Amino acid sequence: MDNLTLLADGFGAVLTPENLLFCAIGVLLGTFVGVLPGIGPAMAVALLLPVTFGMDPVPAFIMFAGIYYGGMYGGSTTSILLNTPGESASVMTALEGNLMARAGRAAQALATAAIGSFIAGTIGTMLVVFFAPALASVAVQIGAPTYFALMVLAMIMVTSVLGGSPLRGFIALFLGLTIGLVGLDLNTGQPRLSFDQPLLADRIDVVVVAVGIFALGEALWVAAHLRRSPLHVIPVGRPWMDRTDLRRSWGPWLRGTAYGFPFGALPAGGAEIPTFLSYLTEKRIAKRKGVDEFGKGAIEGVAGPEAANNASAAGTFVPLLALGLPVTATSAVMLAALQGYGIEPGPGLMTDQPELVWALLASLLVGNALLLVLNLPLAPVWAKLLRIPRPQLYAGILFFAALGAYAANLQAFDLFLLVLLGLLGLAMRRFGLPVLPLILGVILGPLMEFRLREAMAISGGDVAGLWSEPLAVVVYVVVAIAVTAPFVFRRVRPAPSAVLEEPGTPAQDQEKVR
Amino acid sequence: MSTPLDTPTTAESPRTSPGPDRDLAQLGLAAALVVIGAYTVYDASTLRVGFGDPVGPRVFPYVIGTVTVVLGVLLTIATLRGDVAEAEGGEDVDLRQPADWLTVLKLVGVLMVTVLTVSFLGWAISGAILFVGAAWSLGSRTLVRDVIVGLVLSVSSWYFFHEGLGVILPAGILDGVL
Repeated sequence: MDNLTLLADGFGAVLTPENLLFCAIGVLLGTFVGVLPGIGPAMAVALLLPVTFGMDPVPAFIMFAGIYYGGMYGGSTTSILLNTPGESASVMTALEGNLMARAGRAAQALATAAIGSFIAGTIGTMLVVFFAPALASVAVQIGAPTYFALMVLAMIMVTSVLGGSPLRGFIALFLGLTIGLVGLDLNTGQPRLSFDQPLLADRIDVVVVAVGIFALGEALWVAAHLRRSPLHVIPVGRPWMDRTDLRRSWGPWLRGTAYGFPFGALPAGGAEIPTFLSYLTEKRIAKRKGVDEFGKGAIEGVAGPEAANNASAAGTFVPLLALGLPVTATSAVMLAALQGYGIEPGPGLMTDQPELVWALLASLLVGNALLLVLNLPLAPVWAKLLRIPRPQLYAGILFFAALGAYAANLQAFDLFLLVLLGLLGLAMRRFGLPVLPLILGVILGPLMEFRLREAMAISGGDVAGLWSEPLAVVVYVVVAIAVTAPFVFRRVRPAPSAVLEEPGTPAQDQEKVR
Repeated sequence: MSTPLDTPTTAESPRTSPGPDRDLAQLGLAAALVVIGAYTVYDASTLRVGFGDPVGPRVFPYVIGTVTVVLGVLLTIATLRGDVAEAEGGEDVDLRQPADWLTVLKLVGVLMVTVLTVSFLGWAISGAILFVGAAWSLGSRTLVRDVIVGLVLSVSSWYFFHEGLGVILPAGILDGVL
């Protein structure tokens, strides 16, 4: 297998003692930041971006891979021990995971989450190894019109299909597109929306946007609603599983992986749907076997969704590497990180800089393995982080957010932008505007304009040039189906979002009771 | 860009009384959208069109600005029809209490101090002020401990960026000391 040889070369580049050290640091930092309450994986990656400034691409990637998986695992630890998922993808894990923890089985819940993440992440990354190059070789042949169509698809999917309220999704998307407009126009070099500020003409750094919206916005929002009564943290021992737990977990791990990867790899994106499907499947199977512990802390309900979550996260690398399309908040931040190294993800990446791609994929596998090795013994330490007093915790988040935004360009003006964007992030949370469409708008907006102008220049200004490629037409048909399907479904049965939210409500109700 | 500043402060009334049918603060957001969209369109109209580029620099902002205005109008209609925003929950978020905008204001003030001082006081001092000020705003009253933690964080991050990453954060008044 050609791909495997290339991957082996990637391992060769990655497996030096120095790189392994970077990877271990990345895993530790990622888990550390991810465990902190209020910080999801996307925010963890955004906050830790500056740590890799000034590093060479390969060590930076391997550190990122560690941060990425560490941040995700940290997020599940929080949701299991606190029953308050930081992001929608870990809602399902929190359901049974917290029940297990309260039944005194926190150690087993964390263990099945860690091992499940490892298995799903490894299988998922191996699938990326096989799929991404194939997709990229197809992608090289497609032109600007199809690209434009694909970006429309990604935006429509993220905005109207995944979110609860399409209107709010579109508001967030267009705010993001507006932010993406700021700066010099690509062709004519004129500043747009820059208020005669030379610093704005340079475009707003995506790192500043990500840190402002994710980290500062979240910290300000929490500050406005800080829980005065501390949450109950469940103490945890060293994670371990006995043979029964293992026998009950491996099926859900594999089924969760099977659900997660395709959803991550499609531009439909998101881990919400596969984690939900995995949860439902495991519940149904448990019922059929007559050992239904769901509602009392079933290990299957942690193993399956956790695997689905991680497999979907691995799957998002397929559209990210092959097409340059991010479909989750975390992969949007990863894309910004890659761009920071002058690497433009897209079909050219696989052929132009293959050694980087294979090093990144090898890094993901190494990071995943190190995560398992480091985090199983360290779980009790991470659990202690949940007890950091909240004022100091959020002061620390503010400190690192400012550091990250400032270190990118050493401009005090960037800090000012950070504050403005933080207030925007606060307003978005207040008005229930989803964050992902905004980030996607900021990143994809300029790319989309570039492709649009390229396509129109080729066709000599004829609008029909936008659907001159068969693949572009196919994508537009998918867009049309995606837009109309929810309306059709809504007539037949309740809205998909309502169905999805249903299992989330018990957790929220319990929270209210306490 | 300044409009998001105003919106959160107007949001207080509907949060404190949980009963109202209409979320009138959303009208502020809708108005902000209309203003942002209209300005985007105006700004684009001042651009010169280049040669040999059938799309030009104006089309994209025209479309974005127009749609943003339309979204603002749609949000107004939805709000008047009784659409209420579902505020985001979270690990440390307690939505049952009324929002505490005073704390947010204090934090923004502390951040602005950092913005204004970082260039001449340097990161080691400004960063420490940021940490201490933010912790105090959020209700911490262990001032001595916060100052020690803040200084350790800011000085160690300065050295980490300097030695480890080759990024020279400004030393400010501590130039030569660090």
